[in-house]
Amino acid sequence: MKNYKTIAMIVVATSILLIIANCNQNATTTGSGALTGSAAQKVFVPPGEHDEFYAFMSGGFSGQLAVHGLPSGRLFKVVPVFSVDAEKAYGFNEETKPMLETSYGFIPWDDSHHPDLSQTNGVIDGRWCFINANNTPRIARISLKTFETEEIIELPNSAGNHSSAFVTENTEYVVAGTRFSVPVPQRDMSIDEYKGNFKGAVSFIKIHPETGRMSLEFQILMPGFNYDLAHPGRGKSHGWMFFSTYNTEEAATLLEVNASQNDKDFIAAINWKKAEEFIKAGKYKNMPTLYAHNVYDESTHSATSTMIKEVKTLDPSELPGLVYFMPTPKSPHGCDVDPSGEYIVGSGKLAAALTVHSFSKMTAAIEAKDFDSQAYGIPILSFDATLAGTVKQPGLGPLHTEFDGKGNAYTTFFISSEVVKWKLGTWEVLDRKPTYYSVGHLMIPGGNSQKPFGKYVVALNKITKDRYIPTGPEVCQSAQLYDISGDKMELLLDFPTLGEPHYAAGCPASLIEPNQTKIYKLEDNNHPYVTKSEKDAKVVRNGKDVHVYMTMIRSHFAPDNIEGIKTGDRVYFHVTNLEQDYDVPHGISMIGANTSELLIMPGQTETFVWEPKRVGVWPFYCTDFCSALHQEMQGYVRVSPPNSNIALSWTLDGEAL
Amino acid sequence: MKRLFIFLCTGMLIFPGCDAGDNTPSSAAAASSFENNTPKGQASVVDNVSAKNILQVAAGSKDHTTLVAAVQAAEIEHILVNAGPITVFAPNNAAFDALPAGTVENLLKPENKSTLVDILSRHAAPGTFDVKQMRKEAKKARKIYTATGDYFEVTVAGDDIYVEGAKILGTIATSNGIINVVDKVILPKNN
Repeated sequence: MKNYKTIAMIVVATSILLIIANCNQNATTTGSGALTGSAAQKVFVPPGEHDEFYAFMSGGFSGQLAVHGLPSGRLFKVVPVFSVDAEKAYGFNEETKPMLETSYGFIPWDDSHHPDLSQTNGVIDGRWCFINANNTPRIARISLKTFETEEIIELPNSAGNHSSAFVTENTEYVVAGTRFSVPVPQRDMSIDEYKGNFKGAVSFIKIHPETGRMSLEFQILMPGFNYDLAHPGRGKSHGWMFFSTYNTEEAATLLEVNASQNDKDFIAAINWKKAEEFIKAGKYKNMPTLYAHNVYDESTHSATSTMIKEVKTLDPSELPGLVYFMPTPKSPHGCDVDPSGEYIVGSGKLAAALTVHSFSKMTAAIEAKDFDSQAYGIPILSFDATLAGTVKQPGLGPLHTEFDGKGNAYTTFFISSEVVKWKLGTWEVLDRKPTYYSVGHLMIPGGNSQKPFGKYVVALNKITKDRYIPTGPEVCQSAQLYDISGDKMELLLDFPTLGEPHYAAGCPASLIEPNQTKIYKLEDNNHPYVTKSEKDAKVVRNGKDVHVYMTMIRSHFAPDNIEGIKTGDRVYFHVTNLEQDYDVPHGISMIGANTSELLIMPGQTETFVWEPKRVGVWPFYCTDFCSALHQEMQGYVRVSPPNSNIALSWTLDGEAL
Repeated sequence: MKRLFIFLCTGMLIFPGCDAGDNTPSSAAAASSFENNTPKGQASVVDNVSAKNILQVAAGSKDHTTLVAAVQAAEIEHILVNAGPITVFAPNNAAFDALPAGTVENLLKPENKSTLVDILSRHAAPGTFDVKQMRKEAKKARKIYTATGDYFEVTVAGDDIYVEGAKILGTIATSNGIINVVDKVILPKNN
């Protein structure tokens, strides 16, 4: 958010604000479709009924992914992705700790940015949600059957993983570009030598068509610009990937001034089908590196982390036809492709107009070699040759654009705090509505795919100020829901969001609801410490390590009395929920355990470690109100001094199991 | 246990006729609360994945058609799908048939709903009392506290287990508790 303050200053300084007055007069279209009926009726989902759409909203600096319903705006789940979550034991239990391993070690936090959904033939298919970690570059894959993070892959040579995680139209790749260019490979060198020496890596992560498993297929080592956002080609432009760039000045200090010197930066057009050919032809370099690949296995209910030491790289300056630059005014941020794949919208943050490139004009210009010049061996296409049109006086501080599939585009304007609807092809502004305040991203369900589902646009605001009952200096970010079914947008709802919602992705609930996992089948549980029935519950000592094989079912633990534990032991509670009934999780927590509770779904096994430090008899209990006898669901562990000869025993109702 | 019982009655609006001997209908407030819910509460949840619950198992048993009809007439289906855990001592059809002629027909009449609720609730106990646990109850001389506030005695004779004189003919584990099939309808002691 703070970055934008700079923009504001610059714009005020150049007196462009005068445009606003004119802009508002431009919106003259008539029509009243969206104005009929009350807003309250349109967002009211009666008790017991379901929302029509899922909205997956980035949790921003919380590092998580928030699942809301539309049109109600209700929050249903926070999926832990890049940050530990004590509520769900993510990153605290032994099973999920490997998910947060990186080449830098265990990292408990990140900044999640841009969720995007898997697609088949350019249409959202409801299988997976991908999202990027900005700080320690990673991409995560979340299963939309279980709403759990199943996989995280780290990206080497990347820093500030911002132009990510965008999905090609058959989910061939998830693409991720670095915001900050860095020395590649990293080395001890003067920052003053940035220009010409730093590189910007863009990563192509291959997705297995059935399992969704990710593998870092190759990286293209681009010139040392900042790569801000990206969008895959659609339809006719499938096979291309478009990245917005800024800081083509290659400044390493005071970027708010030094990265705004050039009249135009670029949208980089990368031909990834060509990249595949180069890889196949062996025209890559294997570069030694280090990155983590973490996979959660639903069968063992456990994650593993593997370090990988090599990556294939392509050098665009040596590989003609791989990358072209399309000049785009003033530090473009959003880079959005319309459903037909023809138009590529570059939102110059500081520009007075929106620039729209034409894909067919781009290919013609490439054919005709209509180049202005080149940068690091990469051809720069002539600005006029690729230009489809400009949206004039649209607003101030354009950021992002989504599409309704009816020939209209919707762009957010940070500085003038509004969403502006305009027409593809004629570039005329049709409508504008204020947001409260300073909107960043926006989302139309399916609005970045070949098939937008339309109906609503959600504006994701950076600043809230006075919109809700206040909560001290820190107030939430917010979302606003607009009906876009008529000619004019209609503001329906205003609701708070988790963290700072950067991007969001949405789709009809009907794509996801029928595939939900309700329980994990106990018979399929292959956790190495699973206990499938009470009679198998036991406690095993191995030196100072003690393994408790415990079960839970309404409304008791087995065993619930354990003796023979000593101070200095390391006690692993491997707890299996024997329930096979939807929505009957159990929890467990132990007094003094230096970790979180466990929240265990039916049929699942989880483990926490307790290192008792004091002699005594210590209780544990179920943390989730599981049943009418929940308050009875508890147990005791007797802890004796290290030299004690109390035998190890485990019982339930006074008897051995 | 008393606290738990109060919770069961008030918190979850179950066992509306739980005061033994009180045959007045459940309160208007409770009735309107039901009306505002889906007709059968949690019993209307569609779930083909989970293990079967007590109601689903009973509904699938040809030996329990009278019991299921009675549960429906009493409108307490939602109790039998609740998280529980619940143990139901489920009289089979023969047990109902053994009642004096006309008893069942009479109980199924709408005006006798609260009596029916009371009789059925007497056959439900919070907790998970499978055969193993029932033997333990007998051995330790622990009584089973039912939803109507009665205490049932558990006895063992050879291989057979009896609860309040009713013989347990079989035990079925369900997703939310236990069904112990019994050969008698367990009526209030003062009857």
